[in-house]
Amino acid sequence: MANLNIDSIKDRTFDAIVIGSGMSGGWAAKELAEKGLKTLILERGRDVKHLKDYPTTNLYPWEFPHHGVVPSAVQEANPIVNRCYAFGEDAMHFFVKDAEHPYVQDKPFDWIRGYQTGGKSLLWARQTQRWSNFDFEGPARDGFAVDWPIRYNDIAPWYSHVEKFAGISGNKDGLAELPDGEFLPAFPLNAVENYFSKHVKDKYKGRHVISARCAHLSKPNQIHLDQGRGQCQERTLCQRGCPFGGYFSANSSTIPWALKTGNCTLRPFSVVHSIIYDEKKGKAVGVKVIDTNTKEAIEYFADVIFLNAAALNSNLVLLNSTSGRFPNGLGNDSGTLGKYVAFHNYSAHISAEYDGYKEWATDGRNPAGGGYIPRFRNVYKQETDFLRGYAAGFGAYRNNTRNSEGIGADLKHNLAKKELGGWSVGSHMMGETIPKESSYVMLDKDKKDQWGVPLLKISVDYDDNDAKMKKDYIEQMTEMFTSAGFTNIQAHTDTRAPGLDIHEMGGVRMGNDPKTSMLDKWSRLHACKNVYVTDGASMTSTSCQNPSLTYMAFAARAVDHWVNEKKKLNA
Amino acid sequence: MNRREALSRVGLILGGTVIGAEFFLSGCKSGSSVNTDDLFSKETAAYLNEVGETILPATATPGAKAANVGDFMAVMVRDCYTPEDQKVFKKGVSDLEDASKKKFNKGFMEADAKQRTELLTALDKEAKEYNSKKKPEEPNHYFAMMKQLTLLGFFTSEVGATKALRYLPVPGKYDGNYPYKKGDKAWALS
Repeated sequence: MANLNIDSIKDRTFDAIVIGSGMSGGWAAKELAEKGLKTLILERGRDVKHLKDYPTTNLYPWEFPHHGVVPSAVQEANPIVNRCYAFGEDAMHFFVKDAEHPYVQDKPFDWIRGYQTGGKSLLWARQTQRWSNFDFEGPARDGFAVDWPIRYNDIAPWYSHVEKFAGISGNKDGLAELPDGEFLPAFPLNAVENYFSKHVKDKYKGRHVISARCAHLSKPNQIHLDQGRGQCQERTLCQRGCPFGGYFSANSSTIPWALKTGNCTLRPFSVVHSIIYDEKKGKAVGVKVIDTNTKEAIEYFADVIFLNAAALNSNLVLLNSTSGRFPNGLGNDSGTLGKYVAFHNYSAHISAEYDGYKEWATDGRNPAGGGYIPRFRNVYKQETDFLRGYAAGFGAYRNNTRNSEGIGADLKHNLAKKELGGWSVGSHMMGETIPKESSYVMLDKDKKDQWGVPLLKISVDYDDNDAKMKKDYIEQMTEMFTSAGFTNIQAHTDTRAPGLDIHEMGGVRMGNDPKTSMLDKWSRLHACKNVYVTDGASMTSTSCQNPSLTYMAFAARAVDHWVNEKKKLNA
Repeated sequence: MNRREALSRVGLILGGTVIGAEFFLSGCKSGSSVNTDDLFSKETAAYLNEVGETILPATATPGAKAANVGDFMAVMVRDCYTPEDQKVFKKGVSDLEDASKKKFNKGFMEADAKQRTELLTALDKEAKEYNSKKKPEEPNHYFAMMKQLTLLGFFTSEVGATKALRYLPVPGKYDGNYPYKKGDKAWALS
């Protein structure tokens, strides 16, 4: 380092450092800065400012050279990210391209990443559900992974805390398996979604089809207006970044809020090499960063480090943070670091038709996407030949009939007139997978990236439990669809690699016992108590809810814990 | 709108399989491609505009030529088609011209509107019959490509989306239970 004088060190010293500016890092930064801590946010990618850096947000379809289709040269160069549903001509600038940040696939794994301020929070599908005790008690009841060190009551107030600020639309459905939250008005179900909801409720005890809960401002409160965000306008072009701030992203919400306090500094282009552990002090003292523009190594110092680099990259940072005390990665006394990685199984969906309600249609576009079916398998007790269960999406829609026969004026007329066909319905599975020691990430022994950081080697796979669960999803949905009078029911399965769900979790799991887990009940390393991990890496099990809301709640809770600990020390 | 959705909706516009869709979705293994300068000369684009206009003519609303689908076809074939489909498309332009000469003793550009419609109606029928027997590994029919790209280009163009269809960039609401009346214009892709 060029300059080691005392002023320079002072300039590089903060109360707290947050590694990562996405879904959970944004929350950590906001909470820290609001509580008056001088906070440095390190972002490995470029800065993306709300509104200013959404280049496609207001483009019309005809303003894209290929009217939305990704050119073949881009596809050819990006077989991995090209498989992501949101990788279109309008949003491809927010995704990591395959060649930019290589990794090693010991087994096939589609690692979908967004390296910029806000991370993947710009691109997420915005579905937000709380966990219940049926989820937190899962590993202990069913004998896998380790027991979660917390229960629903520990995190419930933090769900409320983040929901109020982020803005979550939904109904109070009163379901034990999917606790209600602090909701803005729900987006409505349509005629056939309502019909199916009622049918399922009447015919199937314990099964429910509810309006999907999502992070959209259906009706903003003052706290959302204070963030400069406005009501969702139902454009459903969210992946471009929203000009209204209609959905929650770190870019539109937590990051600008944190910066506005004056306590927060955002440093983009900062790849974290490792967390610096001081053997004498017995704690972490800072972070070693590589500036991606200058390739210069710079050290930043703080009392506390929040690691929110996204699930697998948080594993990478800890694995690469070695010292005499922690030769196998920071906090890794248990040997579990990088292991017990899991994900969500999205590899089946089902489609059908319904001949009815033809007098009804919809108007506008539903940002929530339709209905959500909470897990109904093995909730109260084990009842199948597989562990755990799945949630499912459910949607109904009517398409225009398209007669594209012939050419000429008749063809044009036929295609331009509004004439809807009958209702189509569809559902997709979101299955819990079981974290296993054999599903892991580790540092590649030889290969390094351009900043000298070892590449991550990923070895994660499905198992027999996933296959049985997938079969059950198809059987149960087929039966429910048949019972509801749906016709032309077709099950579809695919062989997608793990990772494409973009719900990878684990490797730095929470647990009560330092011998079998990395983090304690406050999300901090058992063995290095001033490092908190509150992103997907910390998940002991995956359940089947969309995970982001839980990461946010963990992040806010962890900051509160740190600040209270500090107060106790200073008292 | 994500791309999968876009493509499925494109499929809806087109009323069937989208040529290149599997390619749009899965990426291509492109080797050497045809000479695009030659394929997509100004003259070719103008020619394709006339083909497009015959497929979707100006009526009470503007037609495909007003949307400049010729240039769109050129861009899409160049950037989004496989080399095999590019070759079929390129040869298709001269096949179409040959068919016109054979039928009317003059080129497509010299043919009048009635003749053009007659020719393309026959080619449309030919492509449909070809497709009904086509094995997956066999090449696509060039006229099916021209028709699909005309429909896609037109209905996602400014005139197509806003004049022939209704385009609503900012709905501002979602009503899940809206009485259905047929007869209005269909909605354009967002």
